[in-house]
Amino acid sequence: MNELSPTSTEPKAQHWFTIGRLSDIPRRGARQVLLPRGPIAVFRTQTDEVYAIDDNCPHKGGPLSQGIVHDGAVTCPLHNWVIDLQTGDAMGADQGCVRTYEVRKDADGLVSVSLSGGSGKTE
Amino acid sequence: MTIRKKLVVIGNGMAPGRALERLLEKAPDAYEITIFNAEPRVNYDRIMLSPVLSGEKSYEDILIHDDAWYAEHGLTLKKGCKATSIDREKKQVTGADGSVVDYDKLLIATGSSPFIIPIPGKDLDGVLTYRDLDDVEAMLAAAKSGGSAVVIGGGLLGLEAAAGLTERGMDVTVLHLMPTLMERQLDTAAGYLLERAIEARGIKVRTAANTHEILGEERVEGVRLDDGTELPADIVVMAVGIRPNGDLARDAGLEVNRGIVVDDAMQTSDPDILAVGECVEHRGTAYGLVAPLYEMAAVVADRLQDGSATYTGSVTSTRLKVTGIDLFSAGDFAEGKDREEIVLRDATNGVYKRLVIQEDKLIGIVLYGDTKDGAWFFQLMREGASIEEMRETLIFGQNYAGGSPLDPTAAVAALPDDAEICGCNGVCKSKIVGAITEHGLTSLDEVRARTKASASCGSCTGLVEQLMAFTLGDGFVPDAVQPMCGCTDLSHDDVRRLIVAKELKSIPAVMQELEWRTSCGCAKCRPALNFYLVADWPGEYEDDYQSRYINERVHANIQKDGTYSVVPRMWGGMTSSQELRAIADVVDKFGIPSVKVTGGQRIDLLGVPKENLPAVWADLNAAGMVSGHAYAKGLRTVKTCVGTDWCRFGTQDSTGLGVKIEKMMWGSWTPHKVKMAVSGCPRNCAEATCKDIGVICVDSGYELHVGGAAGMHIKGTEVMCSVETEAEALEYCAAVVQLYREQGRYLERIYKWMDRVGLDAIREQVVEDEAKRTALFEKFLYSQRFAQKDPWAERVAGKDAHEFAPMNRIAMREAAE
Ligand SMILES: Cc1cc2nc3c(=O)[nH]c(=O)nc-3n(C[C@H](O)[C@H](O)[C@H](O)COP(=O)(O)OP(=O)(O)OC[C@H]3O[C@@H](n4cnc5c(N)ncnc54)[C@H](O)[C@@H]3O)c2cc1C
Ligand code: SF4
Ligand code: SF4
Ligand code: FES
Repeated sequence: MNELSPTSTEPKAQHWFTIGRLSDIPRRGARQVLLPRGPIAVFRTQTDEVYAIDDNCPHKGGPLSQGIVHDGAVTCPLHNWVIDLQTGDAMGADQGCVRTYEVRKDADGLVSVSLSGGSGKTE
Repeated sequence: MTIRKKLVVIGNGMAPGRALERLLEKAPDAYEITIFNAEPRVNYDRIMLSPVLSGEKSYEDILIHDDAWYAEHGLTLKKGCKATSIDREKKQVTGADGSVVDYDKLLIATGSSPFIIPIPGKDLDGVLTYRDLDDVEAMLAAAKSGGSAVVIGGGLLGLEAAAGLTERGMDVTVLHLMPTLMERQLDTAAGYLLERAIEARGIKVRTAANTHEILGEERVEGVRLDDGTELPADIVVMAVGIRPNGDLARDAGLEVNRGIVVDDAMQTSDPDILAVGECVEHRGTAYGLVAPLYEMAAVVADRLQDGSATYTGSVTSTRLKVTGIDLFSAGDFAEGKDREEIVLRDATNGVYKRLVIQEDKLIGIVLYGDTKDGAWFFQLMREGASIEEMRETLIFGQNYAGGSPLDPTAAVAALPDDAEICGCNGVCKSKIVGAITEHGLTSLDEVRARTKASASCGSCTGLVEQLMAFTLGDGFVPDAVQPMCGCTDLSHDDVRRLIVAKELKSIPAVMQELEWRTSCGCAKCRPALNFYLVADWPGEYEDDYQSRYINERVHANIQKDGTYSVVPRMWGGMTSSQELRAIADVVDKFGIPSVKVTGGQRIDLLGVPKENLPAVWADLNAAGMVSGHAYAKGLRTVKTCVGTDWCRFGTQDSTGLGVKIEKMMWGSWTPHKVKMAVSGCPRNCAEATCKDIGVICVDSGYELHVGGAAGMHIKGTEVMCSVETEAEALEYCAAVVQLYREQGRYLERIYKWMDRVGLDAIREQVVEDEAKRTALFEKFLYSQRFAQKDPWAERVAGKDAHEFAPMNRIAMREAAE
């Protein structure tokens, strides 16, 4: 589909991919962004914070993008693990972690994600 | 058989209710009992009228004795029949309906009436009092259209009425004659704090306000005060005090002062007539609270069995039952030369405590903002215990006194055996502990049922729970009421009731009004709230898809690999070559890996990627098929056998009925899934007796079954009833489902709901009560008007498109990899 290239104005170390508009994601919901190595899940909370994490539950690989989003967390649709969207850590008694990505929103409501790593959060 | 003596009771309030209960416990057959009750109903908990007014409870919740109780004990209750005269010569009571009943013993319990201030306008429409359920209903009716209310009287009742009417959306002003609120129970400092707390709820308070006149032609329009101020009002509630009902006794020639005079044996001036409750005057005092009345009732019960118990008067304490305001007072707290006081004020936390001491004894208590030591102080006061030793730390409460540890369980452990725990019902510690050990009680409900402790106003619930913890140790599992989830302390039932009572129509409204601890709930409460709102406000509530579990959000079943399965509806399990051909084409076109026949008599297409769902549905829709809701907490399938169409044993058209039921019920949302079946004869080929609802056709009609399950638990159904016609079968099935929609807790299957409420209760509402059944049926059909839209067709038409496509694809390999 639309093949994207890193936005050129960014510092070389970090590449930001514009993935769409904030309004493309429902509040307390998520959308998938497909990557060759598997999808990532981009979440929008009630208060419009945006987070991106691998769409792959640390338990048995459930699609976290399909879960129920509450405050800054998502509950996996398969067996109800709760994942903290900011850190990617499983909450409560469960042990596990999913990779997070840095996300930013610009003034026009465009959302971009950096795939280079880190446990980032929206600014 | 001996001839039983005749006991007649006039009035059916809480006091005689308690006396009869005690009497029947000990001597169930001693009397043939007739009760005259001017109110057209059974005995209910009058002190809980305020929660009914505010919407926190329903009338059913506050019943003390239901109809079954009177029947079980063989009592004749003449509802709505006032006793009009007593003939002491003939020993007869005459009722308003002309009936005449003989007595050997007579118990007068006429209670009291609200005092009406004799001012112009007092008889206008819309001038109400606050005494019984009719008053509450009148207030609720008035509150429906909003507007403003003036409550005359800033005592306990007036403030509870004001708080309730405010909750119901009225603009309320309280007029109080004295300079401080509840001046009989509070000192000025606590009265001031109370006034601020009341005002913080949006209630206007005018103290030192004397009402001059109620304005209006036919209906109330306003109130004029002595100083000329006029306040608009759509209703006026008078709550300025009560007057014991002594007229009937006076007319019969009994001695009556302020109330009907009784001695320590609760006997009136006629040895065959006793009196109990608010209508009596004992040693010059007439009481207006339940605790002393219950003490009197115990004596009455004993005397009716020729016992010798005596009543010597009571010390009373008061609590205000306005949610969020903690206030306790008891005894005498006027200042005096020979009195000293200990005061603690904590302004930041809004706490005020004052203890009045005379000759080393506690004689008055006022607690505001922190009332947890109320019971302990009250105990010290009633015992007349010397507080000399602990004077220094007394005000800090029991935890500090005598170096007792700060652990609340240890605090109740330290209470003496005769310490009163439940003031309303006069239950002491030893009685509760005794009942727990003797009967092996483990839940709060059981303790309430056995001892009545915390069963009335409920403010001692915490203490009772601590006593249970102390008695049972680790065996005590607190919170008989499971909170819905970690976001709230309220149970499913509470939340549901409050949704209706407070007319909460959105998830944010529920969370705001019911004080959710999280900003937007969790994966447990959100789907539950969404269902409750869908079920309670059909046509008004807008379904919140983000609060639905993924399967219901995308109308397909998620599989372990993240693909979905698709199950089209096959009405009653019937299909056709055309449908099967369309399914085959869809399977080929989309390369669907698995096709399986389900246990619910239809076909499951497994392994469809989410993006393909709308296209798959479009093709199925084109062949006339709709969603089978195989993913829903809602009606799943109606299995049928071939019945009279083909089977030599068939007694009725089971297939036809199954199809009709499914056409009526599809699309409905329920607390958990609902599976149904119709078998054409008792051979039961459709396995109807392990379904949530099953129908077995017989020669004479249809046997309706409920409460089966064949999941993790296997359970056969129970027969609810038999009906003759197909139309009835349809109506009854819909009525049960509607009742389940209204009462079931989210994720509670029908069989669990039935275990909880009892098959009898279901039968009573669906089978025996025709009006209720019709109403349930109509409500079900009404909500189906909004529910029966094929969700697949809607999504084929473009609804929720974002669900079925990725937000984006990034095709290049990113640098970091
Ligand atoms: C809104 C409200 C809140 C309250 N809150 C509290 C509280 O928090 N704590 C507390 O301790 N107390 C409270 N009370 C007071 C408590 O409810 C009463 O003290 C208690 O109910 C009185 O019981 P009773 O049986 O004496 O009389 P009632 O309950 O008044 O019963 C008398 C009954 O007799 C009937 N009757 C009268 N005359 C006749 C007749 N001639 N023939 C047949 N029937 C007749 C009446 O219709 C009535 O049903 C409250 C009262 C109200 C109204
Ligand atoms: S249940 Fe009875 S009517 Fe139906 S197929 Fe079986 S034997 Fe025939
Ligand atoms: S029985 Fe168990 S494994 Fe089989 S479909 Fe049902 S839940 Fe899955
Ligand atoms: S795969 Fe997410 S909880 Fe099991």
